[in-house]
Amino acid sequence: MTEFLTPSPSHPDMVQLLNPEGERVSHPDYEFSPDRPEDEAVRGFYRDMVLTRRLDVEATALQRHGELGLWAQLLGQEAAQIGAARALAPQDFVFPTYREHGVAWCRDVDPMQLLGLFRGTDQGGWDPAEHNFGLYTIVIGAQTLHATGYAMGVQMDGLVGTGDPTRDTAVVAHFGDGASSQGDVNEAMVFAATYNAPVVFFCQNNQWAISEPVDQMVKVPLYKRAQGFGFPGVRVDGNDVLATYEVMKAALKRAHEGGGPTMIEAFTYRMGAHTTTDDPTRYRVSDEVEAWKLKDPIARVEAYLRRGGGASSSFFSKVEAEADELGERLRAGIHALPEPDPVALFDNVYSELPPELREQRDGYAAYHASFDLEGASR
Amino acid sequence: MKMTLAKALNAGLRRAMEDDPKVVLMGEDIGRLGGVFRITDGLQKDFGEARVVDTPLAESGIVGTAVGLALRGYRPVVEIQFDGFVYPAYDQIVSQVAKFHYRSGGRVAMPMVVRIPFGGGIGAVEHHSESPEAQFAHTPGLKVVACSDPLDAYWMIQQAIAHPDPVIFLEPKRLYHSTKAEVDVDAAPAPLFESRVVRAGTDVTVLAYGPTVKTALTAAEAAAGEGKSLEVIDLRTLSPLDMAPVFESVRRTGRAVVVHEAQVNLGLGAEVAARVAEQCFHSLEAPVLRVGGFDTPYPPARAEEFFLPDLDRVLDAVDRSLAW
Repeated sequence: MTEFLTPSPSHPDMVQLLNPEGERVSHPDYEFSPDRPEDEAVRGFYRDMVLTRRLDVEATALQRHGELGLWAQLLGQEAAQIGAARALAPQDFVFPTYREHGVAWCRDVDPMQLLGLFRGTDQGGWDPAEHNFGLYTIVIGAQTLHATGYAMGVQMDGLVGTGDPTRDTAVVAHFGDGASSQGDVNEAMVFAATYNAPVVFFCQNNQWAISEPVDQMVKVPLYKRAQGFGFPGVRVDGNDVLATYEVMKAALKRAHEGGGPTMIEAFTYRMGAHTTTDDPTRYRVSDEVEAWKLKDPIARVEAYLRRGGGASSSFFSKVEAEADELGERLRAGIHALPEPDPVALFDNVYSELPPELREQRDGYAAYHASFDLEGASR
Repeated sequence: MKMTLAKALNAGLRRAMEDDPKVVLMGEDIGRLGGVFRITDGLQKDFGEARVVDTPLAESGIVGTAVGLALRGYRPVVEIQFDGFVYPAYDQIVSQVAKFHYRSGGRVAMPMVVRIPFGGGIGAVEHHSESPEAQFAHTPGLKVVACSDPLDAYWMIQQAIAHPDPVIFLEPKRLYHSTKAEVDVDAAPAPLFESRVVRAGTDVTVLAYGPTVKTALTAAEAAAGEGKSLEVIDLRTLSPLDMAPVFESVRRTGRAVVVHEAQVNLGLGAEVAARVAEQCFHSLEAPVLRVGGFDTPYPPARAEEFFLPDLDRVLDAVDRSLAW
């Protein structure tokens, strides 16, 4: 009955172009056709995934050392994120959850800024407009509505179906299997269908909503829900970066051309915890984790590149060195993140300070300064 | 030109749409029907379906997609059909709309207006007569205003739309069609976030907003017949509160009565009373008194006259204040 929850690699409903053994497989509807030489593209994916994994591993370690209050791990979901993000056109806009570190990486958001959010020095230090990458959203599913509204705006701006690939714009709403139960996600899909909004709903089904397994809330395959809203749904092997890239590219193309929304279910697995406060050994068996290890998204790309000669061993050592360098930079940078200024608490609540809040700020600033003066006189 | 409150709001929306092509209206039934209260009457016909958007029946969806439109550079004006239906959108309003500017370190603006017909007195069924203002006034990042007369409403809605912060715009639904006044579309408007004295007096300061302004003015008229002079202040802006005219008035009268339809417990009157006590302690001749809805759910329509503060309850509070 729940066969759909554990589709085999050759499952007819799941798009796969690179199997866990690192062998290319074919699919009737999708073919790997990157916009640059194939091996170069795959090497690029590999590098992105390795560096994203290193970011994740380092951040998890930093949390364990007390440097971060929390970290939401992406271990195991690198292919889903890199494949989805590398398919984007520069003008496309992404609305992430709080786990899209790989997408943030591809959108050139400095990883230090992700750490700032989880360290608590700010609430997301990047400019969404500069990166076309929204702020992380903690409330589950809320951002899918923002993505849909933004896509409605794109459409009002006349930026779909222009035929100009540098202008046609799509919007991506990231969410997880848990979020699929939320009213907002379902309302977003209703609105997207109603207005034919150029939005791609990209669901990373990582099998677990904290401790709740997907079969507790999902009784038909997630991608099939799209049909009920009136647009296509596709399931892709989320541990296959090639397939994710192609499926996403097709969905974005559809949105760009004015074809409206698509839902993608990237079938993947969260190898780590939901966040660093969570203990997955309390709710899932190690056999399951071990089985998914064999489907590791990075290992299969490495196997493919090595076997086919798509990359030399110096390439792998170079990426490894780059990852070490990134780790070093994150560890060194964590203490350089600026501590918040207490008086800045009052900034940006409104476009300008209302009188009452100004009074609170000035009063607190004076109070705070009185301690500094005492300190200075001692 | 004489206009009802409803017509004045309609004219204000129309002018805001003419002035700024980025203004987009969204809501249930606001297009062909013109809204259940007809506030958007004729706007879809003149501005098209892309700017006056009939939405699916989903409040969180309406507000959440409006957030996305605002992020894209539009100025969405959302209509919630009735006060009691705003709760499904509550998360989007308090967790998303209110906090975007702050979370983004000021990089992202959220110029959105959420229009809510609020309050009772129209004989409606449950969930159609509520006063949720304190829930929004308690949320940093939101601004909350309530209009009470046609001229003011005409300008306030335009100012709210032009304002860079999100504004919860409360419309007293029982005054929509029962209040008519001259609206001078060329007159200079009062600032949006200021309270104002609507009737001068010397004995007791009565503070009201939205639907209770009319009640307070009627009470002041009746009290004048008994030789008592009430000063009535329309607060207009509930967050931020503009207390300076209130303090000035209470320092003169020594007495204050706050009137609102919402439940009294932790209602706006509690905040007003606390601030008056802090700032006017030495001028007060009596404690600040509150007249409001009881701490019960809004009752069935045939009992609402017992729930809503009326002229007699306001006058009773005035008498109690004067008796100190």
